[in-house]
Formats: sequence, C-alpha cells, structure tokens
Amino acid sequence: MIEFHAVDKIFSTVDGEPVPALNDVTLTIPRNQFLSVVGPSGCGKSTLLRLIAGLLSPTQGNVSIEGELVNGPRPDLGFVFQAPTLLPWSSVLDNVLFPLRLMRRITPESVNAAKEFLGLVGLADFEQRYPAELSGGMQQRVAICRALLHHPSVLLMDEPFGALDALTREEIALELLRIWEAQPKTVVFVTHSISEAVLLSDRVIVMTPRPGRVLADIGVRLARPRTFDLDRDPEFQRCTHAIRDLIFGVRPTSGTGEKAWVTSG
Amino acid sequence: MGHFRLRRSTILPLAVLLGLLLVWEVAVRVFRIPVYLLPAPSEIWRETAAIPQRTIENTVATLETVLLGFAVSVLVSLPIAVMIAYSRWFAEAVYPLLVFTQSIPKVALAPILVVAIGANELPRVIVTFLVAFFPLVISAATGLLATPKELCELGRCHMASWWQELAYIRFPYAVPYVFSGVKVAITLAVVGAVVGEFVAADRGLGYMITSSAAYFRTPLAYGAMVLLSLMGIVLFQVVVVIEKVFFPWSVGIAQHDQRAG
Repeated sequence: MIEFHAVDKIFSTVDGEPVPALNDVTLTIPRNQFLSVVGPSGCGKSTLLRLIAGLLSPTQGNVSIEGELVNGPRPDLGFVFQAPTLLPWSSVLDNVLFPLRLMRRITPESVNAAKEFLGLVGLADFEQRYPAELSGGMQQRVAICRALLHHPSVLLMDEPFGALDALTREEIALELLRIWEAQPKTVVFVTHSISEAVLLSDRVIVMTPRPGRVLADIGVRLARPRTFDLDRDPEFQRCTHAIRDLIFGVRPTSGTGEKAWVTSG
Repeated sequence: MGHFRLRRSTILPLAVLLGLLLVWEVAVRVFRIPVYLLPAPSEIWRETAAIPQRTIENTVATLETVLLGFAVSVLVSLPIAVMIAYSRWFAEAVYPLLVFTQSIPKVALAPILVVAIGANELPRVIVTFLVAFFPLVISAATGLLATPKELCELGRCHMASWWQELAYIRFPYAVPYVFSGVKVAITLAVVGAVVGEFVAADRGLGYMITSSAAYFRTPLAYGAMVLLSLMGIVLFQVVVVIEKVFFPWSVGIAQHDQRAG
C-alpha cells in the first residue's frame, strides 16, 4: 500500500523563486492496484512518481510504502521512463540486468530469468544486440523487462508509451497487462492518454493544473482481462467522458495547445 | 560506387601530395635555390637518412616526452573533471584557474621552468602536460555533465552509490567526449614537447631543428619537421584505433551525431 499524506512539493527556480508542483495530495493506493494518473502537462504527475521512488522528498507531508516512510530509493521498486533510457554501450541482456548489477545481485538464475523475460516480450533473438539496433518499441520493451526483473512490488511508469506510435503502443500496453496479471504488483502509470488510462487501470486519478491536486478519483469497473475492443463498452465510454469533462472543465478548450495532452488513443 | 569513392578518397590526396613534391623538387633545381634556403625533397631525404641512428634517437626522445606528458595530463585531468562534474563549488573555484593556466604562453614558461627545475626531462614534460591537459579536462567534464538526468535517476532508483554512478553510467557516457579531447590533446602534446625541446634539450626532434638550423643544415631541420608531423598523425590514428577497438559504441554515437547534424 502506498500512502500520500497531505503532500506538498515546492521546487525553486535558479533565482530562488518557489514553484509549487503538488498541493495537499492525499492518496491511498492499495497493494496490487493498477492506478493511472492523468492531467495537463506540468501538473506534477512525474513529481508524484519521483516522490514514491524516493528520488525526491516532499516539502510538506509524507509518503509511505507499506507503512514505512519513504526517505530514499528502495530495492523493491521499478521505474520505466518516457524515453527507454538504455545504456548505449551495453547489450540488451546487460541492460536488463543493470539494476541487479547495481544492487550486486546478479546470479546465474537471474541471467536465465532475464533471457526468459526477453523471450516473453518477443526479444529472445535480440539479447546480444545493442540498443541502437532496436526500434523504439523494442527499446521500451527492454526498459520494461529491466524494471520488472528484480520482481519489484511497485512499478512506476512515467508516460512509458508516450514516444511510441499508436499501434506499438497498444501492443505493448496489452503485453504489460499480461505481465501484470501473471505477476501482480502495484502499478502507478502516468499518461497523457485518457483511453489508455481507462483501458489499463483499476482506477484513474485526475489532477488539476499546477500546482497539482487530486481533482477526481474514478474507479474503472471493466472486467479483466482487458482487450482493445473494450472501447465500445458503455463503462469505458462513461469513464473516458467523465475524465475528459473533468479536465476540460478545469481548462476550457480555448486554444489548440490543450488538445495535445488529451489524445484519445 | 562506395568502393570506388573510398579508393578515390585515398588516391586523390596522395596524388596531390606527390604532385606538390614534384613541383617543389623541380622548382628548386630549375631556379637553383641554395640548399640552406629551401632544400629539395630529395635533399631532405638524403641528409636525414644519412644519419639514421641520430634521427631515430631524436625521434624516440621526443616520443618519450610526448607520451610522458600526455600520460600525466590524462592522470591529472580525469580526477579534476570528475570533481568539476560532482561539485559546483569545486567547478566555480577551479575553472578560472584552469583558464589562467591556458592563457600562459607556454613558450614563455619553458625557460622559467628550466631555471627553476634544471635542464632535464622534467620541464619538457611539464610544458607538454600544460599544453595537453586543458582540452582533456574540458571534454571529460562536459561528457560527465552531459549524462541524461534519467540515466542518473535510473541509477539512484536502484541505489547506485556515487562511485557506481560514475563507473557504470557517467564515465561510459563521457567516453565519446573524452576521446574527442584525447584527439586534440595528443596532437597538442607533440607541439608542447617541441616547445620544451627548443628551450632546453640535448636531444629530440625539436633540438634537431634548432641545432641544424643554427649550422645552416636546413635539410635536417626539414627532416625533423616532417618526422614531427608524421608522429602527430600516427599518434592521432592510434587514438582512433583504440577508440574503435575498445569503445565501438563511442564511434557509433559520433557517426550518428554527424549524420544528424
């Protein structure tokens, strides 16, 4: 269980001016829930993830995982960034093993597990290749394997499919769901895509523009396993419309810029 | 087509070089230019090859100074670059000093060093070091600081110590930058060594140039100059090969950047 208790996060610019990113966020994420966070750019979604990861610490309030205060990085956590963030000088296999190498936990079993994992996402033939030889979708699959290999109990994903084309995006999203259903864990998934959020999650948090606050908390009552034809389901429609109204209610569509962050998939 | 262009790109400059040497040779003979003013290429070759042992000794002596000075500059510059990358205080305190050492004319410094340290190998190595280490510090620090924030966050997420972050993430990331600095530094090291030898030396190609010129043995001075440029080219190519063999990804990234840019 991940808990945010009245969390404020204020950054300061180079000139020392305060920039509030999160304001009074209180949130409980039960164990093994798939939670998505949507909201306009700069609403503190990434900050939320980094607070859970222990990469940042809150200005006010506190964050805890399983009742333990987060005051630094933890070993049972995986992070997938928007860019694949692979080491260009390491093979695909070494990239997947990298977290274990840092934590000095590489064993022959973990090497086998890494190979198995790569096979699961269709990259069995690529384990000795270098990231530059892979497509963007393949690179992001490697990044997902890397985040999952040490069986973290929490998986944090910061717009992981943002840089991919629509088809690859759907494919990897379904792969992610399959893996998550086989190895349940708490997932916090930040995205710009409302339909992606609804399709993947048990629950969607909608945030306000800066400083980010929790604007709405929407439960998604869609049966699992999910597929991409669910977009005709009335529950899917209800959720996406509710979220869209919430976001546009806060920031009316006056310009063209707003459309950019509300992609429907 | 690509094969043909590769051959053309080697043959063309060679042909131009040979043509220029031929023009030089013919001009010197036709206009009867005195040998102490401008020796013909054939004369340069004859005079230099006439004393093979001394030429080789001098070349080896200069090479020693170059490699020693270069090694010292690598050993000194990398820790400085790491400290610049990791501490803003250190960077702010040391950057102006670095620039200051760069603005000292090394030719002016060499005789002063000889007075202070004596006419041995040390002042030559110090001058070589001072010439070569600046581009190394700058390129290595730039590379260490250019490491994407997310790669470092990935390391921190998995509880990397600062040492692991340096060894596994920042340093490998900086390798292409370091190599571009090394390429500049190794060529400058040759210049530094010669400057040192001009001021105080009893051997080396720089010494060969000053002593030959003093006795109007111009062909030998030219020969030493040619050897110096060859040394620069060979050392540069050695660096290129080392990069290709041991850090192939670095070369790939450089090529990628070139295509992109």
